[in-house]
Amino acid sequence: MSKLLVKERDVVVPGEDIVEGMDYLPSKGTYREGDKIVASQLGLVRIDGKVIKVIPLSGKYSPKRGDTVIGKVIDVLMSGWRIDMDGAYSAMLGLKEATSSFIARGADLTKYYDIGDYIAVNITNVTSQKLIDVSMRGPGLRKLEGGCFIEVNTSKVPRIIGKQGSMISMIKQATDCRVIVGQNGIVWISGTPEMEAIVIDVIKKIAKEAHVPGLTDTIQKYLDKKVPKKKPVEPKAVATEAEEESKKDSSTKEEIKDTKEKENTPSKEEKK
Amino acid sequence: MSYKKRLDGRKFDELRPIEAKAGIIARADGSGYFKIGNTIAYAAVYGPRELYPRFMQNPEKGIIRVNYNMLPFSSKGNRVRPGGSRRSQEISMVTEKALLPVLNLEEFPNSVVDIFIELPQTDAGTRCAGICAASIALADAGITMKDMVSSVSVGRVDDQVVVDLNYDEEAYDAPVADVPLAFLNKSDEISLLQMDGDITEEQLFKAVEMGKKACKQINKAQKEALKNKYK
Repeated sequence: MSKLLVKERDVVVPGEDIVEGMDYLPSKGTYREGDKIVASQLGLVRIDGKVIKVIPLSGKYSPKRGDTVIGKVIDVLMSGWRIDMDGAYSAMLGLKEATSSFIARGADLTKYYDIGDYIAVNITNVTSQKLIDVSMRGPGLRKLEGGCFIEVNTSKVPRIIGKQGSMISMIKQATDCRVIVGQNGIVWISGTPEMEAIVIDVIKKIAKEAHVPGLTDTIQKYLDKKVPKKKPVEPKAVATEAEEESKKDSSTKEEIKDTKEKENTPSKEEKK
Repeated sequence: MSYKKRLDGRKFDELRPIEAKAGIIARADGSGYFKIGNTIAYAAVYGPRELYPRFMQNPEKGIIRVNYNMLPFSSKGNRVRPGGSRRSQEISMVTEKALLPVLNLEEFPNSVVDIFIELPQTDAGTRCAGICAASIALADAGITMKDMVSSVSVGRVDDQVVVDLNYDEEAYDAPVADVPLAFLNKSDEISLLQMDGDITEEQLFKAVEMGKKACKQINKAQKEALKNKYK
């Protein structure tokens, strides 16, 4: 009979024994040595039936097919663009995959995307030598203009998105910002400056507390506290201020209700 | 004259006080801090990232680059000349070789993991402290590692075999040998062994055994440092 040496969701360091015995199978972040399964990465232990995994808590982005990422154009080539995704390897965006419109031969490609532009792309292929192809065909894939970018560690991205996009749609609802989260940890936020600041704050908080259970509730409370307080108080006539105040209160409550409703029915679109 | 009592009052197999931390350099992908006695080492890991110049790229496996550096004011008052030296080049190389056995370089072809080790304060055992800090930093950077590497210097002072020599012991007025060691923790394989001075065969074997025990203690501190970051 195999013996588990650590509990689920425990932090393990490389070289730490997780299981003694042959009843479990090693998966990502682990390896088998003798009759033991040993961690090969710093992370949280995850036991999935008979499969032992270590979910990394840090590390650079490693590209996977199907991921939506936010990249920066670093070079314009004859037949496309080179995209930096903040990982060890850059990706190639071909002409055909770049826009839905026709690009004539010899056209000036900088008219479409110039060096330094940020774009949301989808990874279509990754070779063994880590050559990466990306595409911009798909919903929501476009050049990102305005707004602001922040970087978080790629291992925190699943928590920012939440189960079926619950976390991210909650943030969008509460702040009325447009948010795109790339799997590589770059997040684009666009909205009013005050709300952008709140979203940045919230995302940093999520990244900091990513390994703590019950995060959605914490963030919900945090948003409730932050959003009404940050609402600008318009300098209107003093007589109507009390009225304003009561109006604001009710609107805030409505907003919270909305958020909760949204959380229960997460839209597919947000899942990235 | 024989060496009966250590200059700082430790037992012969006792380490200096250890302090280890992980994730202390915000912009690095991973970082570690390791203090043993008066020797302090900081390590920062960047990568895997694209490797330039291009001729250094290897499509079969990635490489690691280690840069060991003592800060000018780190020593005992006599200013260490800044920049690389023959000594720092050698130590960079042996550190790299000490860390290589635990890494799986095939995972990041054509790219590089950079490890920078800086020593703001030194009192002997710098390469060992550097390796310990680098090992914490690599794990903190989320790089796949078979194991952690722990390192300590052993040696003899006069007729005594001792663990973790400080500078006063290295400069003791009697025959002294200084043997820096690095162990992979699970397999007890040795990934670094150098020697400065003479030592007899029996003394060396005894010293290595003592070093192995000391490394277990160091490994515990390294593990705790990494776990404390997520408490």
